[in-house]
Amino acid sequence: MIPSSFDYVKASTVDEAVAALTAAGEDAKVLGGGQSLLPVLRLRLNSPSVLVDVSEVDEMRQVTDEGSALLVGAAVTTYEVMHHDLVTAHVPLLAQTAALVADPAIRHRGTFGGSCTHADPSGDMPTVARVLDAEFVVAGPGGRRTVPAADFFVDFFTTAVGPDEVLVAVRLPKMGGWGSHYEKFHRTAQAWAIVGVAAAVRVEGGTIAEARVALTNMGATPIRAASVEAALTGGPATAEAIAAAAESAADGTSPTSDTHADAEFRRHLARVLTKRAVTKAAGL
Amino acid sequence: MTETVMRTDGAAIGRADRRKEDARLLTGRTNWTDNIQLPGTLHMATLRSSMAHAKILRIDTSAALALEGVLHVYTGRDFPELAGSTCVWPVTDDIRMSHYPAICTDEVKYAGDVVAVVIANDRSVAADALDLIDVDYEHLPAVVDMEEALKPGAPLVHADMGTNECYVARMPCGDYEAVKARADVVVKRRFINQRLIPNPMEPRSVVAAPMGMSDEITLWSATQIPHVLRVLLALLTGIPENNIRVVAPDVGGGFGAKLQIYREEVLALVLAKRLGKPVKWTETRSEHMVATHHGRDQIQDIELAVTKDGTILGMKVDLLADMGAYLQIITPGTPLLGMFMYSGIYKMEALDFTCTGVYTTKTPTDAYRGAGRPEATYAIERIVDEAAAELGMEPMEFRRKNWITHEEFPYTQIAGLTYDTGNYEAATARAIELFGYDELRAEQKARRESGDPVQLGIGISTFTEMCGLAPSRTLGALKYVAGGWEHCTIRALPTGKIELVTGTSPHGQGHETAWSQIASDIIGVPVEDIEVVHGDTGRAPYGMDTYGSRSLAVGGQAIKLAGERLVEKARLIAAHQLEANPDDIEFTAGTYSVKGDPEKSTTIQAVAFEAFTAHNLPDGMEPTLSGESTVDPLDFSYPHGTHLAAMEVDTETGKVTLRKYVAVDDCGVQINPMIVEGQVHGGLAQGIAQAMYEGALYDNDGNLLTGSMGDYLLPSAADLPSFVTDRTVTPSTTHPLGTKGIGEAGAIASTPAIINGVVDALRPLGVTDVFMPASPQNVWRAIQNAQAGGAR
Ligand SMILES: Cc1cc2nc3c(=O)[nH]c(=O)nc-3n(C[C@H](O)[C@H](O)[C@H](O)COP(=O)(O)OP(=O)(O)OC[C@H]3O[C@@H](n4cnc5c(N)ncnc54)[C@H](O)[C@@H]3O)c2cc1C
Repeated sequence: MIPSSFDYVKASTVDEAVAALTAAGEDAKVLGGGQSLLPVLRLRLNSPSVLVDVSEVDEMRQVTDEGSALLVGAAVTTYEVMHHDLVTAHVPLLAQTAALVADPAIRHRGTFGGSCTHADPSGDMPTVARVLDAEFVVAGPGGRRTVPAADFFVDFFTTAVGPDEVLVAVRLPKMGGWGSHYEKFHRTAQAWAIVGVAAAVRVEGGTIAEARVALTNMGATPIRAASVEAALTGGPATAEAIAAAAESAADGTSPTSDTHADAEFRRHLARVLTKRAVTKAAGL
Repeated sequence: MTETVMRTDGAAIGRADRRKEDARLLTGRTNWTDNIQLPGTLHMATLRSSMAHAKILRIDTSAALALEGVLHVYTGRDFPELAGSTCVWPVTDDIRMSHYPAICTDEVKYAGDVVAVVIANDRSVAADALDLIDVDYEHLPAVVDMEEALKPGAPLVHADMGTNECYVARMPCGDYEAVKARADVVVKRRFINQRLIPNPMEPRSVVAAPMGMSDEITLWSATQIPHVLRVLLALLTGIPENNIRVVAPDVGGGFGAKLQIYREEVLALVLAKRLGKPVKWTETRSEHMVATHHGRDQIQDIELAVTKDGTILGMKVDLLADMGAYLQIITPGTPLLGMFMYSGIYKMEALDFTCTGVYTTKTPTDAYRGAGRPEATYAIERIVDEAAAELGMEPMEFRRKNWITHEEFPYTQIAGLTYDTGNYEAATARAIELFGYDELRAEQKARRESGDPVQLGIGISTFTEMCGLAPSRTLGALKYVAGGWEHCTIRALPTGKIELVTGTSPHGQGHETAWSQIASDIIGVPVEDIEVVHGDTGRAPYGMDTYGSRSLAVGGQAIKLAGERLVEKARLIAAHQLEANPDDIEFTAGTYSVKGDPEKSTTIQAVAFEAFTAHNLPDGMEPTLSGESTVDPLDFSYPHGTHLAAMEVDTETGKVTLRKYVAVDDCGVQINPMIVEGQVHGGLAQGIAQAMYEGALYDNDGNLLTGSMGDYLLPSAADLPSFVTDRTVTPSTTHPLGTKGIGEAGAIASTPAIINGVVDALRPLGVTDVFMPASPQNVWRAIQNAQAGGAR
């Protein structure tokens, strides 16, 4: 369809972007790669009067090594995330997941920050951010603040980023010593996840010393499977123990029903996929 | 990828020439209808009902009219009598025919029905204006489920009809009840052939423009049927047919969805005439999902009566076919195109066919790649697998025991069709060899024994279909109101170039290349000197257009005859020029020479020039050189083939993966094997998509739940394996070129192959059917239900 008309501002710095948003009021929207926002506009689900394009803000296009963490700019594309040397070396889970997002055309335009801020419950990148306890650097008229992943994802398509704020970058801890895997379940190659599971485990001498598991599309936001994590931690890194722990993967979740799967099937998938994700993360 | 030998030299027929038209089609630098920009164009946008069924109480257009750039807003009151589409196939004497308004007057009958039309001087303004039109509706109950719709007291789609039953068509062949009484086993199944949304790459688009000071209006449309459309537009609008020129410029796919007359075409024509300016409308993808006709949508109750030793005695077919809210061009006839094909390739003594057409408050259905034959093929190929399973027979053995053997052709089957030729044994043998049938059966056994969570199934489809529509008398007997002939004129221009005017209307099939190849062999000019003219009632006045795998099967015959007539006339001129008796003139590769005196010769190009100057023609001969033919085919054509699918099914998640697909088709003589290959690949993708991905879903209020491609899944190349294809060649004996059709075969054959494979994988778990599409959830539920002891 055809969007209603809007003004377009191309920002070259974060400050410029924030200023443009502030000037436009509630009605403005940040434009990243446009892969989610443009469909929203074309379907006339939203009609902002101004779009502030941040896709070429230099600061937001960088991946920086901070020692124990990587700072990934919000305007880095999904394709760049997939291939960036720092990402593949230190946060391989993010690179592996990026490769499963949509199709090559969309990966070349869509941004990591846009994925997170769009906060689609079936998005893959938010789940990775959540499982790694990432930190989100957000800039607004009052300066910059850092929001932990647990507080960033608020509801369906809703994050802690205010209407006059820009997500600048996401800080992800390096994962030396961890095994990880994202298990995505979808129907066609370029489709969204029906359910996805991100798992990261640290195995020490046959025992799972630490475990992190997060679920995609099992509720309004990516959620940590706390009871699975608890059941795994301190237990043996065996297929049987993992399968047993995965049985509680759907506990406390509230998945929706849609044309691809109803809630009951999603709960079933969460259990099967958690078993598979953790098994692969543990290198079994 | 393919075993077919691709010749690129020698005679043109049979050569895998690159398609002439592809450079312009693939780059888009061509005449797509939406690329046509005429000065002063007005843009049309349609306001569509958000409700499935409602009374229109009031429409307030004032805010829309006040928007700058908006010129007019029309509602049903402005065109109270105008129909937006029509049905040319009243299949029974007592069928209940609907009136399809161009704009709804007082009631909407499906979500997507048109309630108002905006004309603006800019496309975006027209879209903005839609948001400003205020409609008050009074909700009426939706009619969604066909079985519910037929119950007494059900809410009615068309209140004046007093029922939702559109028609009941019966065709009893043989005495089914008698053979059933003799049967050892009667296998009964209910199959659901789900509703599909065609989704060609190019959405619909139309431009209508008054031509200067004349009375002519030219209408460009992304249509498959410019000729038929012209007649119907004249009938619906009252504009004289001779004042309407319809052009189908380059058209980007149709699959039956553009074998139609649509209200946007009618409205664009009427408004262009009324306003005296070009009017343009291009469908958005969201509109396509609701506003372009859908396909399939049948509930099939099938019985197969068999003996213990595996002989099929008879078949009973009882269909409910969803018409949607209104009848369009061949809505009621579409399920009946399959009527003759339920027995497939098998011999049987009786076939009892009944089809009930049902109105619902949904988008109208109509022809979609295969139109009736995919549904028939699905039913027969699924039920033979089920019968084999119930009898404990190997499914291919069961088929062998019942199919028509190659010695038995021509064979008149139970529904009365005479299959001219075929060789099911040869196609099957080749498919089994390419597939590695025995090895895959061994792997299946191993996986079953080890309890592998991923099970393997082998799906078989040994299909035939009827295509090449159609002998006109047969169509008349079926109450179809048009003929099935095709026309070709071949003109030699003074410079020796050739214009081949065809009545077929390609929309991706490569006619320009294939038709040139046929003509090149017959008249002996190089392929590149032949221009194929099509899809324009001004330049190609006669034609019945492209659908039903008819273009080569019927149109090809006209090319052959027209070419031969041209060659014959040229022979007389050549004989005159060479001072020889016409009987002594030989014609090879474009050269006429005197038998025994090859020095005395002339070329067809030289003859063309002589025919143009007319300085030295035989006495009494008319100048110019052309050949013309309008062919009514003797019979349908019957392509066939054996398709095999290896399906992996993850029993934990229900995920189905197509691992290997072998398609051995027999479409008779191949004009261009590369084009055949393309048709097979595309057809397979579409048939596989029905089995695995696609399906239009409605909620109980009649809202389409699959209104975007996020919900209505189409596979891409990444989802499909490399197909293994080959052909056996059993030429048709009723078609002079020996050709059959290949446009729909892949889509017809592959759907049951996939589902048979999925069911075969899961049969040890007690599964006997899986709803299409075989989505993870549908497969997982089938496993759960089987394990709980229920059906499906
Ligand atoms: C067909 C298709 C399939 C897809 N499949 C998947 C998939 O499988 N998995 C998946 O995870 N995603 C998928 N996506 C989504 C894709 O990854 C998008 O690119 C992504 O969700 C949004 O990124 P973007 O840069 O395009 O954001 P945009 O579309 O530009 O913006 C999205 C939203 O985020 C806001 N926004 C963007 N950047 C910022 C910022 N820096 N600060 C503040 N707000 C911002 C915008 O205002 C808007 O509300 C798919 C998309 C399509 C079209």
